[in-house]
Amino acid sequence: MNYQNLSATDLAIAASLILINGALSLLLRLGLGRKLIWAAIRTVVQLLAIGYLLGWVFAFAYWYVVLPLMCLMTLIAGLSAAGRGKRTYKGQRVDSIVSVWGSSWLVTALGLFAIIRIHPWYEPQYAIPILGMILGNTLTGVSLGIERMTQELATGRNTIEMVLALGGSRWEAAQGAIRQAVRAGMIPTLNQMTVVGIVSLPGMMTGQVLAGESPQDAVRYQIVIMFLIAASSALGTVGAVLLTYRRLFGVDHRFLRYRLEQR
Amino acid sequence: MADCQFPLIEAKALVRLDERHQAVLLRSTDFHLYPGDRVAITGASGSGKSVLLRALALLDAPTSGQVLWHNQALTHARIATYRSRVCYLSQRPALLDGTVEDNLRFPYSLTTWRHLAFDRQRVCALLAHAGKAPGFLSKNAGDLSGGEAQVLSLIRTLQSDPDVLLLDEPTAALDPASSGEVEALVRGWFDSASAHAYVWVSHDHAQAQRMGARRLHMDAGVLSGVGQA
Repeated sequence: MNYQNLSATDLAIAASLILINGALSLLLRLGLGRKLIWAAIRTVVQLLAIGYLLGWVFAFAYWYVVLPLMCLMTLIAGLSAAGRGKRTYKGQRVDSIVSVWGSSWLVTALGLFAIIRIHPWYEPQYAIPILGMILGNTLTGVSLGIERMTQELATGRNTIEMVLALGGSRWEAAQGAIRQAVRAGMIPTLNQMTVVGIVSLPGMMTGQVLAGESPQDAVRYQIVIMFLIAASSALGTVGAVLLTYRRLFGVDHRFLRYRLEQR
Repeated sequence: MADCQFPLIEAKALVRLDERHQAVLLRSTDFHLYPGDRVAITGASGSGKSVLLRALALLDAPTSGQVLWHNQALTHARIATYRSRVCYLSQRPALLDGTVEDNLRFPYSLTTWRHLAFDRQRVCALLAHAGKAPGFLSKNAGDLSGGEAQVLSLIRTLQSDPDVLLLDEPTAALDPASSGEVEALVRGWFDSASAHAYVWVSHDHAQAQRMGARRLHMDAGVLSGVGQA
């Protein structure tokens, strides 16, 4: 079985499928025309660009090339995790970057050094896609966690102050919100883990199989990745929620509600 | 009594500005609450009555000034204990999911309450004081009327026999019958020990007259005595 390369014509044929979406948009008057064109262009341009960039990085497999790229990826993931949700607070961006960075790098390091054991550790063929997959999922967990936490605190003010007024500590007052927020952040990964292989075939595994890897070997990689993703998004979510807690509750057991802002 | 000469709570030059816009919510206020005090504070809404009460409950940090408890400054470590003895009750009672009894048992899960135990007899006596049968305990908290919710919230606080109550318009949203039950509960608790004291914030002058032996008025963040030249 040979690996089938795709030509520019093949890409054009695939891209023309967007016309189906366009026709539907016109027919049902969805008004999505402009969005569709924009999405199609972004898909092609962004992926071609990352293809060239990765090709270049793979050719220069030095740590001083790979490491800055990994930093940039992490920074962008942290920033986009901070950009969601209706409410925000001063320092949310920092909290989000710190928790994405800490959790994803810890878990990626574990994966690269202890499980996959590649040499050198910065071998871009491994380091970059693995970090990328972990970042993508951690960012979802972190942003859902912070979003839920700020929402719980904003709507649950009465209950929080009731606990404080009865003599509860700030931790006791925030516990309910923290628990809800951590759950919210972890559930997408858990859902994904329960249906993987039955409802969905993960992209990485599919890719390896397409590239000629045996399904049994591809599945092993996928299992490792799933657990790395689960660990990182759990750590990231907990970290982000606890950092939010520290920002919004004073050491004197006060709920600093005025720090919550509408976006 | 020897400790009568010391105030239970003393507020010194308490000032609070709005954290975002720096608008003055409370101008420099001195306030003393002695054992046996029944203070009623009236004033228009937005005048700063609640601001003062929340500052006394340490729920909002004052911009400057301090609150003393038994003549001592409050360190972070003592805040939880202070709040379990000097209890703030808000206008809108916050109830948890579950039955009335679940709500009454909740405080005992807090570290500051660990040395106490739920006392059904005491709770039933309090319920009787508010005209409620013991069957009230098994009601679902979500099904309570506004008045019942406030009675529950008050009993949740009173069951540990606090020293001071800071009542933030507790009956503002209630019908006259429920208001009467809340007043009866507070009066019963106050009369049960000579050292008890409370501050009752109300916009209802008749209620202030009923419940307050010392009456104060709040206007645009300034606290002043009523009926004093």
